[in-house]
Amino acid sequence: MTKLADAIIVGGGIHGCSTALHMCLAGMKPVLIEKDYAGRHASGVNAGGVRQLARHVAEIPLSIRSMGIWERIEGLVDDACGFESHGQVLVAENDAEFDACRARVAELNALGFTHEELIDGPELRRLVPAVAESCPGGVVSRRDGAADPARTTTAFRRKAAALGATVREGVAATNIRKQDGLWQVDVGADTYAAPVLVNAAGAWAGRIAADLGEPVPVETVAPMLMITSRVPHFIDPVVILRGRKLSFKQFANGTVLIGGGHLATPDQDRNETVLDWRSLAISARTVFELFPVMRSATIVRAWAGIEARTRDELPVLGPSARHPGLYHQFGFSLHGFQLGPGAGAVMTELIANGGTQTRIGDLSIDRFHPSTPWNPR
Amino acid sequence: MNGTPKRDNYDVVVIGAGPAGLAAAATVAEAGLSTLLLDENAGAGGQVWRAITSTPVTERDRLGADYWAGANLVEAVRSSGAEIIQRATVWSLDRNLEVGVSVGGASSFVKARRAILATGALERPFPIPGWTLPGVMTAGAAQTMLKSSGLVPDGRTVIAGQGPLLWLLAAQILRLGGRIDRILDTTERRNYFAALPHAFAFATSPYFAKGLALMREVRAKVPVVTGVSELAAAGDGQLATVTYKAGSRRETIPAELLLLHQGVVPNVNLAMAAAIEHRWDDVQLCWSPVLDHDGNTSVDGIAIAGDGAGIGGAESAIVRGRIAARAAVEALAPASAAKLAPMATYRASLAKAERGRAFLDTLFRPARQFRIPSGDTIVCRCEEVTAKDILDAVAIGATGPNQLKAYRRSGMGPCQGRLCGLTVTELMAQARGKTPQEIGYYRLRAPVKPITLAELAAVPKTESDVQAVVRG
Repeated sequence: MTKLADAIIVGGGIHGCSTALHMCLAGMKPVLIEKDYAGRHASGVNAGGVRQLARHVAEIPLSIRSMGIWERIEGLVDDACGFESHGQVLVAENDAEFDACRARVAELNALGFTHEELIDGPELRRLVPAVAESCPGGVVSRRDGAADPARTTTAFRRKAAALGATVREGVAATNIRKQDGLWQVDVGADTYAAPVLVNAAGAWAGRIAADLGEPVPVETVAPMLMITSRVPHFIDPVVILRGRKLSFKQFANGTVLIGGGHLATPDQDRNETVLDWRSLAISARTVFELFPVMRSATIVRAWAGIEARTRDELPVLGPSARHPGLYHQFGFSLHGFQLGPGAGAVMTELIANGGTQTRIGDLSIDRFHPSTPWNPR
Repeated sequence: MNGTPKRDNYDVVVIGAGPAGLAAAATVAEAGLSTLLLDENAGAGGQVWRAITSTPVTERDRLGADYWAGANLVEAVRSSGAEIIQRATVWSLDRNLEVGVSVGGASSFVKARRAILATGALERPFPIPGWTLPGVMTAGAAQTMLKSSGLVPDGRTVIAGQGPLLWLLAAQILRLGGRIDRILDTTERRNYFAALPHAFAFATSPYFAKGLALMREVRAKVPVVTGVSELAAAGDGQLATVTYKAGSRRETIPAELLLLHQGVVPNVNLAMAAAIEHRWDDVQLCWSPVLDHDGNTSVDGIAIAGDGAGIGGAESAIVRGRIAARAAVEALAPASAAKLAPMATYRASLAKAERGRAFLDTLFRPARQFRIPSGDTIVCRCEEVTAKDILDAVAIGATGPNQLKAYRRSGMGPCQGRLCGLTVTELMAQARGKTPQEIGYYRLRAPVKPITLAELAAVPKTESDVQAVVRG
């Protein structure tokens, strides 16, 4: 039987769930289709960084929009999501890196963005007391922080369902087609039809876009993370490095999360990843050098989530360049978690109001198809 | 016999030197394949033959003839040409057959053409009220102390639970002069009737006479309460009393040590982390790997033998080790397989060793109330999550053990769910009216045993890393 909805969202990550929730708040009745369960992949198992720091200029407006939502997240989803705001700090390990930091902050200031602040050595060591003496300074974004990704994605899914979204988990969306002027999608024995289709399928979104004649240069990647045993509290902000692949965060319970973008081998059809321990060893060596206090901590678990990375490492966010009623929200390239709340709000404005005040033009899919005319039919 | 692996590549890497692993390693090495046997303990033998080469217990009858049989198999491996490394903790195995192993605080990787997992069994969780109090321990932990150090309890001791190992441990403690005040047998009365159809096969099995003799020996010295249907430990920061109910009688007795045991289940930690497919076993009430008749798993090149493939006991483990080993030889060096006994011979031995298993599985099927706790009883001891906490999370949307992590930290502590996983699966299955198969299990990942950051940081760089640095 065909069921009618206001919108069909494919993908139950933080993005699909956020869009579902914001649609409900705008009075729409969406259906969300997730082949596994909400937060099964990258959205539930990422580092949980809530970061405006060190972003590409093209996505800063969206990141700032999202930050405002993060700061009132409990009011939105009835769950604090484990969000804590102790800032994020980018560490320069030498003078050349520090010069690059200075130039970056000046560039942002010239564009009118003030969330990144240059900090000298003493301020760096005040914020991150354990960092090696040799680091000359860095950049801080003081409103940034971190949240619990599985809890957050689940909270968005739960609140969306409570407000009337239909959430279908455990069965894949198949046979996506436009028929009788509506988008139609099969979910097991059911068919859903809606005037709007949102492609928020993460690592699986590239296939959907390609099948609809709108291929995007996107690959499937699986960034790895490790968590350690509890160590005495020694650091509040999230730390990332300017020159090496490392992100570092201590939780309130003392455990430390180590990430930074070294990649596992994804096997998307099996829902699996094979870890690359030699790359994780590189992360371990970096931590070993930077934070001697961590040397005797034990690694309790390592994992990787499957997600999509575009050629220019920027997301695809906005309407299709080919099909009316189709919207894309994928390709967040290892930094989509913080953007989720804002992207759902913006996507809903695009669909419900036909436009948004948040500047996202540089994230449009037609940057990959400059010759494709926008044909609204 | 110790040190890091001598080579980067082996034809066959065998993990675990209990009955299955020893038999597998001896068999592949005798066929001339390069063989590495990695074992976590100080000496070979696994749990059954723990400390077989070093035990201070010299009077042989105290540990029983079966124990000493292990010595011959250890000798066979030593003379087979297999490289054996003790105190070697395998913490990673993946679909590329790359094995991450820690020896003496240093980790390295070896590549196998075939891997045989013989990681044995773990004791089933026994989550009763008070089970996390100091003074409550598993029977297996007590047996480890007994075999490796000759230590036996001398204070007020209660043993509770069921299964062959419980009676064996009781006999071993008594023979070494230890104290047992009471045995609380939790075997359900109805299991005796359910097991009857399998009794004939059991009566002709090697276990029958031994089992009866053990129980008779123990009953002669210790009061045994049967039909125990409720059990709780209590005390203020330390075990003080054990309360039980048998029939309509309820009693509280003082105790300094409570040893709990309700059978063993396959140790699936490494196999699951290697992404090997498992299924819920409705008879043995545990996860077992999906295997073909040679022990091959869903991951190419990895086989599982012994209790890790489904509980079968030591005799069956030896044969399953040989079968997996012969299959590896047939795959890697078919000509060498002629040196080994024919597969048909092994299969006949296996059928014999498995006789009586159905009886034991049915008789010693643990009761629901001892597998699935309720109320304030702790389920996840790492993060102190109770049964009620988990039921509350189910009520607001948690559907399985992995989804539960979005609500509670169960399974996210140091043990990563390896101690509470079965309990969580069965508890959630009961609460949601689903089968354990439908509910699923924690996604286990490496490191299967924790390694220090310093040890990981010291992992030798690959040749390409080194070259990249040299080129600048």
